[in-house]
Amino acid sequence: MADNTQNIIEIKNLSVQYRAGKKRIKAVNNVSLEIHRGEIMGIVGESGSGKSTLALAIMRILPKNADIVNGSILFNGIDMVKADDETLREILWKRISIIPQAALNALNPILKIKDHFLETAKAHGIEDEKWTLERASKLMKLLNLEPERVLNSYPHELSGGMKQRVLIALAMLLEPEVLILDEPTTALDVLTQRFILDLLKELHEKTNITMIFITHDIAVIADLADRVAVMYAGKIMEVGDVFTVFKEPFHPYSVALMKSIPSLVGDINEMKSIPGTLPDLSNPPPGCLFAPRCTKAMDICREKEPPYLEIKKHHFVSCWLYSRGEKR
Amino acid sequence: MNGEPLVRVENLKVYFPVRKGVFGKVQYVKAVDGVDLDIGKGQIVTLIGESGCGKTTLGKTIAGLIKPTSGKILFDGNDISKMKKDEYLHYRKNVQIIHQDPYSSLNPTKTVFYTISVFLKRWGIAHTRSQLIDKVSELLEIVGLHPAEDFLFKYPHQLSGGQRQRVVIARAISLNPKLIVADEPITMIDVSLRIGILDLLLDLQKKFGSSYLFITHDFGAARYFTAKGGGLIAVMYLGNIVEIGPAEKVIQNPLHPYTKVLLSAVPVPDPEVSRKKKPIKLKSLDIPSPINPPSGCKFHTRCPYSLDRCSKDVPKLVEVEKNHWVACWLYKGG
Repeated sequence: MADNTQNIIEIKNLSVQYRAGKKRIKAVNNVSLEIHRGEIMGIVGESGSGKSTLALAIMRILPKNADIVNGSILFNGIDMVKADDETLREILWKRISIIPQAALNALNPILKIKDHFLETAKAHGIEDEKWTLERASKLMKLLNLEPERVLNSYPHELSGGMKQRVLIALAMLLEPEVLILDEPTTALDVLTQRFILDLLKELHEKTNITMIFITHDIAVIADLADRVAVMYAGKIMEVGDVFTVFKEPFHPYSVALMKSIPSLVGDINEMKSIPGTLPDLSNPPPGCLFAPRCTKAMDICREKEPPYLEIKKHHFVSCWLYSRGEKR
Repeated sequence: MNGEPLVRVENLKVYFPVRKGVFGKVQYVKAVDGVDLDIGKGQIVTLIGESGCGKTTLGKTIAGLIKPTSGKILFDGNDISKMKKDEYLHYRKNVQIIHQDPYSSLNPTKTVFYTISVFLKRWGIAHTRSQLIDKVSELLEIVGLHPAEDFLFKYPHQLSGGQRQRVVIARAISLNPKLIVADEPITMIDVSLRIGILDLLLDLQKKFGSSYLFITHDFGAARYFTAKGGGLIAVMYLGNIVEIGPAEKVIQNPLHPYTKVLLSAVPVPDPEVSRKKKPIKLKSLDIPSPINPPSGCKFHTRCPYSLDRCSKDVPKLVEVEKNHWVACWLYKGG
């Protein structure tokens, strides 16, 4: 079968570190990841896994105490790491946009929703208010909001689910090719979450936008992503299509993570937590960072970093268990 | 349930006054609006519902942190509003609460040892320093902070979220309480450690026979904890319990339309199952205001199955199958 996948984003050997006093925290550590055009890529990990840092690095909006120390991020061939301000201005929000974590409170309480759209457009050089409001109305209809009423409301007049939809519409205003969503349903109730997930699926079908969906909730990923990258301690442990990773995960961390979720399906006697805690990322141990908690760890796992192997087409695993052809 | 329940809640109402503007009329948020509930000795009862359903208010009122507007709470057969001083102390000692946020429920300037030993001294359980160290160490070992001497003199910022929650649990069980109110105890804990905290609470139930009132919005956690502990799940909506029954019964065979709607909406960590689920559509996504809740069954404005009488008459909880109760006119005798 011909492989028609096109990479819209290619991350190669990316490392991001935070400066904290004399320490350097290795938040993202030598990560490589390809995002295919038109897919929903789920990035899942616990807190401290580096998933949000990765998103901020793609957008080049890392906090001041963070440095990209190595690697490249190619977006349609343009290296975001080396891009100058002029290039970034042309890309950010227009071609890639993000809904950051906890963004529900990011709306300005004294501005009407309408003005949020107009200001965003103006900030990117679009003075045509008619175009902006028409585009905003169209997006709102797609997201099941009444444009007239919502555009003339203040943020406090909207519910959490409505605000989240306004943020999605704002992020999509300039017709970006990539939309990054960081924990977009975490603060929402069950029914609102379901509503937003279904809307995002519909939106994806209608616009074929590439989505990067970041969350700690693997059930949400199972529900909507095409592929999933499992992150742990700043590393991608496994990436592959969502059905394979959930049904037959290769990496011991993926296996353990799937079992650690109290869920509505499956045998509750098989669910168990992962003993131990995250390693100290300012002073990580040698070898595989999951080795101290891994039930299958061998001597080499504690000594040498495992290779990042493509064990099936587009399916990568970072684990010594699958490295037969490699030099040990 | 044999014998007298540990806690009996009778027609409990908790209303909070709100005023619109300085001269506006005072209105009441009906956070808990007529709840009857028994918690047996050593039993787990789980409250589940969306934010604003009253589950936390109900938990806090049972723990004595909020005064009810009307109704009764009996603890060991005694009405808590009529207790004499020593009875009240006995009650307060025997009901402990674990909050959601282990980051704000520990004093950042005090060591683990201090945090727990203050409690033990206050209630006269240990006095001398060596007694206190022994007792605190024992508690830390019970909650899985091993070896205890590594944790005794640590400050909260030196601990992970999971370890902090274990300290909070150690403090809560230090007085060997009969009831632990656990309000979203795993929500702020890392995913891979959540079941560990739930297993710890279940262990304590077996070892010390404590009862739990477990409060959560997470159906997966509710199922795991309540089914493993052989308890009951109670679903709340706008201040009322609309369904209560054994964990797996409520999860696998929900009776109330609201429970059905919620369960049909929850994503599950299995791509095939999650994508095949058919969410039941509500008539309206918006939760009505708890100030002026709808008449009759409060869910009728959103319920896809509502009948004429649902907007007029309030349904009572009826036992549809053994121990499984529902308040809905779709069931006989409602």
